[in-house]
Amino acid sequence: MMVLITYDVNTTSEAGKRRLRLVAKQCRNFGQRVQNSVFECLVDAAQMKQLKHRLVGLIDPERDSLRFYYLGNEWRNRVEHVGTKASIDLEGPLIA
Amino acid sequence: MKKLGNILYVTTPEAYLSLDGENVVVKRDDTTAMRLPLHNLENIVCFNYPGVSPALMGACAERNIGLCFLRPNGRFLARVTGRQKGNLLLRKKQYELSQCESACASIATSMVLGKIANCRTVINRAIRDHALLVDVSELRATSDFLKQMLQSVQAGATVETLRGLEGNAASRYFRVFGQLVLHQREAFAFEARTRRPPQDNMNALLSFLYTLLTYEVASALETVGLDPYVGFLHADRPGRPSLALDMMEELRPVLADRLALSLVNRKQISGKGFTQKESGGVLMDDRTRKEVLVAWQKRKQEEILHPFLKERIPFGLLPHVQASLLARYVRGDLDAYPPFFWN
Repeated sequence: MMVLITYDVNTTSEAGKRRLRLVAKQCRNFGQRVQNSVFECLVDAAQMKQLKHRLVGLIDPERDSLRFYYLGNEWRNRVEHVGTKASIDLEGPLIA
Repeated sequence: MKKLGNILYVTTPEAYLSLDGENVVVKRDDTTAMRLPLHNLENIVCFNYPGVSPALMGACAERNIGLCFLRPNGRFLARVTGRQKGNLLLRKKQYELSQCESACASIATSMVLGKIANCRTVINRAIRDHALLVDVSELRATSDFLKQMLQSVQAGATVETLRGLEGNAASRYFRVFGQLVLHQREAFAFEARTRRPPQDNMNALLSFLYTLLTYEVASALETVGLDPYVGFLHADRPGRPSLALDMMEELRPVLADRLALSLVNRKQISGKGFTQKESGGVLMDDRTRKEVLVAWQKRKQEEILHPFLKERIPFGLLPHVQASLLARYVRGDLDAYPPFFWN
């Protein structure tokens, strides 16, 4: 399934900057960055559980926020892209 | 049912692949061209020169992602395998069976039956769909000949005679294969199968598709725990993935031959994409190769009803399904290996 993950991490302190880096790193391990704090992750339910657990453990719930948008398997009908930086279709032919 | 994982094909000659966290990163002139999470991949096939970082090789081996290197022209170079996993007992059983003449004959019979029947389907489809464009009487004669071959294969034979029958059927099939080229007949004229190197455009295309298929079958066999190098129909030879070649026989007409014909008949590729070398060998250019890879990936996502499992599966899972059926036979859970019959 496709999950869209967005986050807002408060970076006024050093600890906040560190959290931002760690959150971004985890997201990048599971999906592709489509905008600055927006990731598209093509994962199965188990991988999603794992990712969510890790992210929730990283953030400071007093200062930061995470949003998960579950787009399911028919996500293609629900996503439209306009402008630069088109994402890679991970289920289509991958030729580098 | 297993999910059909995606394959990353690296066709840019100067690309270098490395690992970053859980991502494979494709670099070109020190800039990142592509970044993909490893868990979305099942295989990586490289046609590039600089290669892959050892860290990525290790990560692939650990996660059971196949990694294989081909020359830019499609000739196989190497495959990365990690620590042997899978079932030792299964492999021992496989070696035992490969020593036993009657077991070999039984498995080889299934495979040859599958191959000849599927070749026949390719021909029969052409008769059915394009009766006005092909020499029906000749195709019909070949189809009938193959039908007789099926009976002689079934009559029970030794591995030696099976090899003979298989060779006979193949040469008869390839004699009419050129007829199935309906468009671009000059550019893709086909007389007979030539290889090492392929002497004409059609043979170059077939050789390339067979290389892709061999690799996928070999990884499928490894995934279910069988040894791709110990075959039943093909004789053992150092470095030859005999079992992969065995299993390919029945899948060739379905996955490779038919796709080659579609690409030509739909004019997705043209004769211009091929060049002849001084040695007589024919090579595909980069654009054509990409076109073929895209078609190959798309084709694998199409679904068929598997006649034995009675389940709808994508074409791309056929090597996995057949490999697991063979593993079941080797384990003794099935009385015979059921080949894939395409209809």
